[in-house]
Amino acid sequence: MIFLDSLIQGILLGGLYALFAAGLSLVFGIMRLVNLAHGDLIVFGAYLILLLVSLLNLNVFAAALVAAPFMFALGWMLQKFVLNRVLGDDILPPLLVTFGLSIVIQNVLLETWSADSKRLSAGTLETASLAIGPINVGIMPLLIFVSAIVVILVLNQIIYRTSLGRAFRATSDDPVTASLMGVKPKNIFSVATGLAMIVVIIAALYLGVRSNFDPSIGPARLIYAFEAVIIGGLGSLWGTLLGGIIIGVAQTIGATINPEWQILSGHIAFLLVLLVRPRGLLPRAFD
Amino acid sequence: MSYVVKVQTSASRMAAIGTAILIPVAFILPLFASRSLLQDLFFIFTMLTLAQWWNLLAGYGGLVSVGQQAFVGMGAYAMFGTVILLGWDPVPSILAGGIVALLLALPTAFFAFRLQGAYFAIGTWVIAEITRLTVAQWKQLGGGTGTSLPRSATRDIMFVDGIKALFDTKTSVARDILAYWLALILVILTIAAIYWLLRTRRGLALAAVRDNLQAARSVGVDPDKIKWLTFLAAAFGTGLTGALIYMQKARISPDAAFSVVDWTAYVIFIVVIGGIGTIEGPILGVIVFLLLQSLLASYGTWYLISLGLIGIIVMLFAPRGLWGLLSDRTGIELFPVQRRLVMNKKLSKEK
Repeated sequence: MIFLDSLIQGILLGGLYALFAAGLSLVFGIMRLVNLAHGDLIVFGAYLILLLVSLLNLNVFAAALVAAPFMFALGWMLQKFVLNRVLGDDILPPLLVTFGLSIVIQNVLLETWSADSKRLSAGTLETASLAIGPINVGIMPLLIFVSAIVVILVLNQIIYRTSLGRAFRATSDDPVTASLMGVKPKNIFSVATGLAMIVVIIAALYLGVRSNFDPSIGPARLIYAFEAVIIGGLGSLWGTLLGGIIIGVAQTIGATINPEWQILSGHIAFLLVLLVRPRGLLPRAFD
Repeated sequence: MSYVVKVQTSASRMAAIGTAILIPVAFILPLFASRSLLQDLFFIFTMLTLAQWWNLLAGYGGLVSVGQQAFVGMGAYAMFGTVILLGWDPVPSILAGGIVALLLALPTAFFAFRLQGAYFAIGTWVIAEITRLTVAQWKQLGGGTGTSLPRSATRDIMFVDGIKALFDTKTSVARDILAYWLALILVILTIAAIYWLLRTRRGLALAAVRDNLQAARSVGVDPDKIKWLTFLAAAFGTGLTGALIYMQKARISPDAAFSVVDWTAYVIFIVVIGGIGTIEGPILGVIVFLLLQSLLASYGTWYLISLGLIGIIVMLFAPRGLWGLLSDRTGIELFPVQRRLVMNKKLSKEK
């Protein structure tokens, strides 16, 4: 029974990891950019929601809604004024710029908010639970998992059903030909990063509600997100969800065996998949 | 028409003479220098060594690793392990640290090379995390809280008695002098080895793989072999440095020894600010790094914020770093690796 319980907890936790990963995957898919500051941007988002909650006296969901356009603008500007300048054949400059950004964000958060851990409060929703047969499932983990599915559905609709998505795919396949068709790759990149930041604020909301956070936890979120993307296979958002679930399940089952093994078990699961299926479980892209 | 291939420049001849004078001076420095200066220089030399190895990986090999802290930590822990569990002297244990880091690099490379391009970077980071979490389970070496070198081991480290007699000083000072000399030897050997490597055919092959994989393959370079060799060499050098740093600290914990900020972020900023892909760059970078540190170290977070911002600005506006700016303006290269054709003047006159 404990095993079944941790299995379900793990699957639901996987939804959160898929949310961490979706933005990373979107940006990589379109412009082959690995944003090493992705985890720190999620933590930044959580602090932004915290700030809005206390400033405007909102509940966390409304605060995330208010933060969303701001995050879009931030992502758009980050891409337009910084990252677009360093994108190119050489992978080194964008990696080093985003690594620098990661260190800057962490320390700015540390300077403004101190190292004390914080939490977002979702009121009674946090403790509410639903009895499914013999298992009690928290409403909040369930909501996170459903949100992950909705985010992936919406992203897939955007990518495969809209003209913006067509431009995304065209730029991803061949930016030069896409620009002959009137698409401006750099504008597309900026919109894509803005969109990824909206996913980031959703991930930030649930990160903050589900557990404590402090300025130093960004890199670990980046690593979970990355593992989910690689396990799932590049270019497949459903694969990313599957990857998130595998890490989540490995962590919760590892933790039931020995609490010290929680994080390590997730990493080991990642290595095993990398060993057996280096291209991931549901690969779509070939690069 | 006859010609010769030259690598040497007049600036590099000057640099060679300068180095030949500087090295003996550096060796006899403990005769005059204060203990705090020796400690600062120890810090400079070890950071410079780490920076040179990372620069070889990223700047020359195109392998951007964000997981070099794995080898610093593993080297350091292997050193502590051989001292505490096997009763070795700390000095040969440093070598054990390098070898264990090299062994760790085998599975690391096996997994990380399965990841393409930019994902390689995070892959190395994951493996560093795995190593940190695993080492934290090692209860005999203090688990998550860490441990210290036992007094019995630090009391009679090899050579320390000799240095004590030679300089007529306390054990603690003699230990610092020993650490300083070892760091000096390590940094000289590192720069010499990397410079030698870059001037051989293997160095050419390395640059060719970084610049154009297909073209390198077509002229018979085996890119996998060259990447493996570089990665293993860098792991060995980084592990030695880690072991030496922790011999001097004499106290270790997983969070400190596997710190991504201390052993990778600082190193990356040193290389990027100084100038990536040159040997001079990290030397200049470590000086800037030290200046910034003495200005801002008391404001811990601001120090890191400014390092990060400077790193970003350099990448945006001067991607070849300070040394790149300097060398573009003046044409000076102290450690040239470019091969230039020089026409034989005598013969062209006869013609």
